[in-house]
Amino acid sequence: MQWTRWAQQYGALATLVVLFVYNAIDTPFFLTRQSLLFVLLRQAAPIAIVAVGMAIVIGTAGIDLSVGSVMAISGQVGATLVLHGHGTAVAIALAIGVAAACGAFNGTLVARFGVQPIIATLILFIAGRGIAQLITGGELQPLSNPGFQWVGLGRPAGIPAQIIIALVVAVLAWLVMRLTVFGRYVTSVGGNETASRLAGVPSGRVKVLAYVICATLAGLVGLIAVSANFASDANNTGQGMELDAIAAVAVAGTRLTGGRVTIWGAVIGAVMLKLLQNTLIAHGITKEVAQMIEGAVIVAALYLQRHEA
Amino acid sequence: MAERPPLLLSMQGINKDFLGVPALIDARFEVARGEVHALIGQNGAGKSTLIKVLTGVYQRDSGRIEFDGRQVEFRSPHAAQLAGLSTIYQEVNLVPFRSVAENVFLGREPKRYGLIDWRRMNSDAADVLGRLDISVDVTKPLYECSIATQQMTALGRALATSAKLVIMDEPTSALAENEVQTLFDVIRRLRSDGISVVFVSHRLDELYAVCDRVTIMRDGRTLEDRPMSEISRYELVSRMLGRELAEQLSHRRGEQTSEEVERAEPIVQADELRRGRALDGVSLSVRPGEIVGLAGLLGSGRTETARALFGADPLDSGTVRMHGKQVALRSPRDAVHHKIGFSPEDRKTDGIVPQLSVRENITLALLPRLRRHGIVDRARQGEIVARFIKAIGIKCSSPDQPIRELSGGNQQKVLLARWLCTDPELLILDEPTRGIDVGAKRDIQVLIRQLADDGLAVLLISSELEEIIADSDRVVTLRDGQAVAELTGAAITEEALMQGMATGAAAGSESAT
Amino acid sequence: MTTSALPRARRVHLGLTLQRQGALIALVVLVIFGMLRYGERFATGYNMRSLLGDDAKYGLVALGMTFVIMTGGIDLSVGSVAALGGVVAIEFSSHGLLPGLLAGVAAGAAVGSINGLLITKLKLQPFIVTLAMLLAVRGLALNVAGTRAAVAAPGSGFEKLSDWQALGLPVAAWLMFIAFAAGAVVLRYTKWGRQVLAIGGNVDASRLMGLPVSRVTFTVYVLSGGLAGLAGVFLGSQNGSVDTAAGQGWELSAIAAVVVGGTLLTGGIGSVLSTLVGVLLLQLIFNLIVFENSKHVLTISSYWESVIRGAFLLVVVLLQVRLVRRRSAVGRQA
Repeated sequence: MQWTRWAQQYGALATLVVLFVYNAIDTPFFLTRQSLLFVLLRQAAPIAIVAVGMAIVIGTAGIDLSVGSVMAISGQVGATLVLHGHGTAVAIALAIGVAAACGAFNGTLVARFGVQPIIATLILFIAGRGIAQLITGGELQPLSNPGFQWVGLGRPAGIPAQIIIALVVAVLAWLVMRLTVFGRYVTSVGGNETASRLAGVPSGRVKVLAYVICATLAGLVGLIAVSANFASDANNTGQGMELDAIAAVAVAGTRLTGGRVTIWGAVIGAVMLKLLQNTLIAHGITKEVAQMIEGAVIVAALYLQRHEA
Repeated sequence: MAERPPLLLSMQGINKDFLGVPALIDARFEVARGEVHALIGQNGAGKSTLIKVLTGVYQRDSGRIEFDGRQVEFRSPHAAQLAGLSTIYQEVNLVPFRSVAENVFLGREPKRYGLIDWRRMNSDAADVLGRLDISVDVTKPLYECSIATQQMTALGRALATSAKLVIMDEPTSALAENEVQTLFDVIRRLRSDGISVVFVSHRLDELYAVCDRVTIMRDGRTLEDRPMSEISRYELVSRMLGRELAEQLSHRRGEQTSEEVERAEPIVQADELRRGRALDGVSLSVRPGEIVGLAGLLGSGRTETARALFGADPLDSGTVRMHGKQVALRSPRDAVHHKIGFSPEDRKTDGIVPQLSVRENITLALLPRLRRHGIVDRARQGEIVARFIKAIGIKCSSPDQPIRELSGGNQQKVLLARWLCTDPELLILDEPTRGIDVGAKRDIQVLIRQLADDGLAVLLISSELEEIIADSDRVVTLRDGQAVAELTGAAITEEALMQGMATGAAAGSESAT
Repeated sequence: MTTSALPRARRVHLGLTLQRQGALIALVVLVIFGMLRYGERFATGYNMRSLLGDDAKYGLVALGMTFVIMTGGIDLSVGSVAALGGVVAIEFSSHGLLPGLLAGVAAGAAVGSINGLLITKLKLQPFIVTLAMLLAVRGLALNVAGTRAAVAAPGSGFEKLSDWQALGLPVAAWLMFIAFAAGAVVLRYTKWGRQVLAIGGNVDASRLMGLPVSRVTFTVYVLSGGLAGLAGVFLGSQNGSVDTAAGQGWELSAIAAVVVGGTLLTGGIGSVLSTLVGVLLLQLIFNLIVFENSKHVLTISSYWESVIRGAFLLVVVLLQVRLVRRRSAVGRQA
């Protein structure tokens, strides 16, 4: 089954290229800086950041369903602190710290208590949103603080800050996975945890760290979302993010059963899915149908993975 | 064997390829009614492929199968079962949370008014097991039964489906000695009921004890098919291996180095290790340059001792000293830190990381030491990997080849390399040669001896007595979680070991502790 | 494996039994607590009726989930399927009550059969398939409803479904009780029920024993989908409309109820009636919160609901994990 292996590794990239060429020909103003940077990449960046964290967690044979809720919590914490007159740095640091703590909670349940990852993160998936809502009583908090909102609104060198953040995150993650001992441990724990432990790999710590990284990145994206919307909205921030991120990871070569991680695949997957969605919507297909197609894409990607023994 | 009864099963001219690689070439297999038939061959000889073709797990490429007078073509194991062909697998394949009776009748439950008739199911199950002379509370969940009873439940299931042929794939590997005897009694009972049995085992004694006839396979072909009584052990083994059996090599070290070794301080000294019911006070020591065999029946605490020494299981009490100093081994990580290596019994689940390359598998335990500023030193990694692939003779297309593509013997060598490259002082090997071919087995035995001669301390676990006897300088025998006997040098004989395992009495040697 | 499986499995069985009894005791205690603290209003038939009528839809979803989890699978799509079932039922309610009801159930069963096909034929992991379906089916439901809240055709009699009562209880409640009783009988006394447990206990062995693993697995998801669809019908009839957020988070309540009811999350052991206890217990907690708030002594925000649900799941999951875990530090984990 050579073509399935090919499709699995390069399918997302090929689809991205095809969609890109098609849009370049068919869609007016697609090849403009405005359209590429400020629409496509800017929209894809948050998904890409979360997808990078998700790819690492999935590499350990786990999954993190709580990323959307963690985004909401971190966004609420950050916005509330800023609104109460705390400094930008404090707000960001605390927000991301809380997110990391959520990751540690997930990781502890999975690694220390041996709860199945899907169930462990399901707990925060639902309870986390409630917590976020409790922080502000579910109210929308309007926000206007340029310093704090730089992560969502900044334009260094005319490029949206979130694209730069996404790139930095991806490069760092790629280097970590490629060069560090932790990176090797992630794939070995995901490939065979028992064997890894018997080879002295601290599998518990590796898993906890993976969930912490994932939640931290989700927290970062939560701040981006709140900043870009000029408001913190516990009810909607990060809704559906877990699916977008898992989809981005699944369509581009990371085995959902663990043991392999491709960071750039996750980034390409995020951009591809966003472009697909935008293309569909631009052609008058409703967001709901686009959502259905996204579900189908995930299933198709899984079908391709199935052929790998 | 005067007159052979009529044939129940006849497989002729069976061919089967896997992606162009032939696994069966014109293979032939015949079993008569009421016959206990041994099927033997090395790993890769085609035994299991043949059985899978027969039972419908694989579809053959060509050939003819006749069963019970009809030409058959089983599309699934279920279809084979319906036709009267049941397989008892090595690991019992039943549902542990369900009762014995349910396991006997799952899928064919007796009904009344359209609903399951539990009372009849239980009494029928008791009847079926009664035919095997097994009395057990059939309403008990299966997990509460011993492995032997679980196997009997599987057999009961086969009988309840009115099996005509029962295939047993290494049924004794998980059984204690007395349970093996019970199994043999049951097999004889089946034979007298006219039911045929195909018996796959690597233990020659068992074949001679219970089988009427033997089919020998090699390299995907059927070599011959003879009455068991007409073939000697020597002939059987040499036909199976395809060469005259080289005399059993003793890998034991020479007398002169012995004294030197015996005067050395032990690298590791374990005292009174206890853990639940598995370990009930095991004491042993290993000196540098010494191979210490750990003998005992299954469940005697061999693997548990190894895992405890490696920090894989927590101890209730007991001390471990290394170089005379007490150490705390709370995790494999601690053990690795103290220069202990452990090659586990189950290579697939506990040893290899299948998707990762040979390179990553070799250096998995070494990674922390390959780290410079948190980053893996790729150059050194490559150099070490290349050195060990060459030194140990690992056959792989490149260090980047995923380990799952390697043969069992080569995977085992990779696992040895994983520990050797960490430069250990003590290496614990749990069944290092199980399930690998004779050539690789010899390579590994020679390698272990060389390593010991270079000063490594080795703790060797094997269920093959010959291996323990041939390789060990000293043997500690375990029984029911206790070290019951210790034998050195020439005192290590099959008889002495068996006596220790069976009765706990040390035949002509000082008792341990 | 041979030595430690024995006491461990016994502990699992024992622990789950204790857990079931614990859930039942907690339920009784909470009912008594409610009667003592809130008196008349809590104990009146009205409250109990509306509570049970309300519980029915969660109960139906949880019943389907029980069977799915017993096979070792999971169905995350039930919330979206309920929304779809409600929307479809309302669309068809212009043809009358029965066509609406049947259409809603059929829509749910159809989604369930897609789940089942993807899981059994393409051998994909249940959680990811049903997660994708959660997404896709909500899209479909919104699309069918025209992205607005779907409102039942006036005069269709559709709303009456939730008003009907028999012997002092809403029809929905009766239906729930009957469904659970039937579920319990099916589990204990039919081949299919035993096969569900066998597959969850050891899927490889079940296959080798010739059990129709694919068919049973498939039907379990169809059942779950159909019951979720039916729950959606009740949701629609209670409100007369289905809004865009209908059914969100139901998968978690259902899983929580199933697990609280002492069904092993990894499959193979389970109890249908205890799931009912789990459902009633969880819903009662929220009912008590409403009463507590009405006393104006201390006010508990409705946002606590999801937090409490999560906390409940956490506690129960930790209890189960303690049961199942091996003593060894480095073992094979499920």
